[in-house]
Amino acid sequence: MTRVTTLLCMTAFARNQWYVAAYGREVGRELLARTILNEPIAFYRTEPNSDEPTGTVVALADRCVHRRYPLSASRLDGDNVVCGYHGFTYDTSGTCVFVPGQKRVPRTARVASYPVVEQDSLVWVWIGDPALADPAAIPRAPWLADPGWTTVGGMEPIDAGYGLLVDNLMDLSHETYLHGGYIGTPEVAETPITTEVDEGAGIVRVSRHMDDAECPPFYARSTGIEGRITRWQDIEYHAPCLYLLHSRIAPAGVLPEADGSDPNAFHVEITYAITPSTDQTVYDFWAVSRDFAQDDDEVTTFLHDFNRTVVRQDVDALNLLQKALDTEREGYQELSINIDTGGLAARRILARLAAEGEQRTGEQRTTTPPATVAAP
Amino acid sequence: MNTAEVYRIDWLPGTDVLHGVCHCGAEHSAEDPVELWQWMLAHPDGHSPAPLQKGTAE
Repeated sequence: MTRVTTLLCMTAFARNQWYVAAYGREVGRELLARTILNEPIAFYRTEPNSDEPTGTVVALADRCVHRRYPLSASRLDGDNVVCGYHGFTYDTSGTCVFVPGQKRVPRTARVASYPVVEQDSLVWVWIGDPALADPAAIPRAPWLADPGWTTVGGMEPIDAGYGLLVDNLMDLSHETYLHGGYIGTPEVAETPITTEVDEGAGIVRVSRHMDDAECPPFYARSTGIEGRITRWQDIEYHAPCLYLLHSRIAPAGVLPEADGSDPNAFHVEITYAITPSTDQTVYDFWAVSRDFAQDDDEVTTFLHDFNRTVVRQDVDALNLLQKALDTEREGYQELSINIDTGGLAARRILARLAAEGEQRTGEQRTTTPPATVAAP
Repeated sequence: MNTAEVYRIDWLPGTDVLHGVCHCGAEHSAEDPVELWQWMLAHPDGHSPAPLQKGTAE
């Protein structure tokens, strides 16, 4: 039996969390603008030196303290940002070191700087109280930067609340209908799932193991397998941002060896970073990593183009869905069934993280003396 | 990394039944994920450690 339930209209943001802001390759000596949890941020990379041969990534609030001009539309002078409007100049900590026409730089002339970690080819930014940022809490996706794996990827902005993308990825039964002919086959929607929630770690796992399934073109053309397959999908969602889909493909009946090795299967790590931008937009970072045919450029191009098409199908669907939801009356209802077990778990974890993020911010406010504000 | 508080729900093959196991060991079955999560998260209310009380579909 299924039941009608009430949908939360919009998934709240979880502050005091790490989010993927960009791929490392996107951040260089040109300023890059990204809005994350409604906070406009300008990213750039410092000049290389002997200690940091690739430079380090800097993230500053993307509004000049003077007249709010976007710093991302400005220029770099060495490792400093020079506002493109009146020349206010900021160092990597966000401190203003120069203002035009006068010697005295007002003490309040600074922009916020954000904690940043570059790891596994991703640029992570901490949204919340910088004093609470712990780099060890960032979940890993090591294959993205592992030479033993070949990775393709990209990023698609979606005009939808990030909760819709979480819903989408936590319930892969939609592959059968939205991505039929690409990655979807009848067995995906037909196969029961197992859902596990690790409350303390904030991880939702959803597994779907198909013993005897049709091989979709995505895997048939990349692996060369002809005929039926054993297809395992093991989702590991590290709320709020990192979504991992461990995909195992093998000819039907071929299982891992008794010692745990798995030499006769093809492994694909599908990584998503779900980064809320504004209330109704989300950055959809996606990557596909494989442990086979690593040097085959044809497979690389195929997987990139094919997966981008699949992602675009999701983008189109979620853009449409958000528009439809925008016209709904407040308190509208939805229906959840068995396939939604993982998605419901993810929603609840996100709600908890959002509440905890607010609480931690509040606690910090009560223990930190207010900053002295000097008259300009 | 796993912590001690792990909830698990199995969709029993060939049925519409979801079988839930709370981190305390209590079990419950339902055909509605919303109902099952509500039961799960009500812990410890209505949770008796298995096998003293096996949950049944409602």
